Amino acid sequence: MTSVEEKAPIDIDEVDRDFVQMIKRTGGTNIQNCYQCGTCSGSCPAGARTNYLVRGIIRKALLGLKEQCISAPELWYCTTCYTCTDRCPQDVSPTDVIKAIRNIAVAEGYMLEPHQKVAQKVLEAGHAVPLDKESWEQLRMKVGLEPKPPNASSHPEAVEEIKRIAKKTGFDKLVADKEE
Amino acid sequence: MTKRPSFIHFLGCIIPHRYPSIQKATEIVFEDLDMELLPMEGASCCPAPGVFGSFDRVTWASIAARNLTIAEQAKADVTTGCNGCFASLWDANHELKHDEELRQAVNEALAEVGREFKGTIEVTHYVDALYDTAGLQKIRKHVVRPMTGVRMALHPGCHWMRPKLVKQKDDSEKPHIFRELCEATSAEYVPYKDELMCCGAGGAVRTADLKVALDFTKQKFDSILAAGGADMIVTPCPFCELQLDAGQVEIQKHFGEEHTYTFDVLHVSELLALAFGHEPEEFGLATHLQYMQRKSEPNWERLGIKI
Repeated sequence: MTSVEEKAPIDIDEVDRDFVQMIKRTGGTNIQNCYQCGTCSGSCPAGARTNYLVRGIIRKALLGLKEQCISAPELWYCTTCYTCTDRCPQDVSPTDVIKAIRNIAVAEGYMLEPHQKVAQKVLEAGHAVPLDKESWEQLRMKVGLEPKPPNASSHPEAVEEIKRIAKKTGFDKLVADKEE
Repeated sequence: MTKRPSFIHFLGCIIPHRYPSIQKATEIVFEDLDMELLPMEGASCCPAPGVFGSFDRVTWASIAARNLTIAEQAKADVTTGCNGCFASLWDANHELKHDEELRQAVNEALAEVGREFKGTIEVTHYVDALYDTAGLQKIRKHVVRPMTGVRMALHPGCHWMRPKLVKQKDDSEKPHIFRELCEATSAEYVPYKDELMCCGAGGAVRTADLKVALDFTKQKFDSILAAGGADMIVTPCPFCELQLDAGQVEIQKHFGEEHTYTFDVLHVSELLALAFGHEPEEFGLATHLQYMQRKSEPNWERLGIKI
């Protein structure tokens, strides 16, 4: 998609009046400071190569266009580099707004499959990038380290704790494979 | 005699599981500088800030807080060599100290495993431990193999210093701390236009769309070449290192053979270990994934080693 396509007027269809409050409660506290200057998008390395437009998403959010915001695939192109946050003249912290919208998207079932797999790995192994092959242990020995580090890779009880925490917050169900 | 500085060592995922040379180099460098690293038994994924923070804030903060309670029990400040781990642990520590509602939710989750976040310790990055605790003067004294003449491009990455108003460490538009630390080795700093740009891996983008993530990385490489090239790229983050190191092999695959880059990518701990006179075999510099996949080895001559 090109940036020209992105410039199409915003389609105000179904408005959710609670969306802004929901974002504020989820970490995007300062969203209402935004006066649409576009410093965020002008600073954004993701926006320079994809159709991800921070300003546009924030505008849509402020209009209450929840479904358009949470279902947009480009929502997931933000690398959370915080350059926009450091440059925003209104202290909106656009990165935190985007993360809040992502939280809401995930709660409503918009989670990419590869992300779901990473989340599952943490619940299974305690690590997003686990020590899942013998060759990784050999690599460690090659540099003069013990085969398993003192983290969850050698502490199964730590993984059990992670599972119990995720059960308590409901995260285990959120990332579980959906039944066909 | 002053007490030996001591930190509990949060390894994270990528350092111990993919780039163990960074772990080994860090142990060597901290020992040289007389700083103690305590093992952090049973620590888990930080968990990845851009990934877990994007999924569910309370779960992210709870798993991070569980890690923090291990340090609280040991009564030790944390140090970590990963910008992502640092972001998760530092941010969670900061937010939990200031957000009563979040702290309550997190402690309810932690109660399930008999833990409680108390807010009694601080989180540091290796860069902080090296720059603030050891100090440049001491570091310079240990440099017995000055990297004079080696052209060094820097990739400071994002989460150690951003958001700047919250982290209050360095000016993220014109940072100097990481540069001064690396320049202590006498390597020649090569400025390039996109030095402060993200490597592309963070925020769950590498997982969501590898080619988009690599496109960031490629832009950085081209920017370094436009500045006259560099003999090595130095970063304080293993996830950035993975992206810049193994990313070169991936770029070749996704963008074509004409995009072949051969940068040696070093973590700042590895750079210091070399400058402190240690041989690359002592910490396994040649085990970086780029070399394993390409069946190549570091460009020793360009790095000024083994001539």
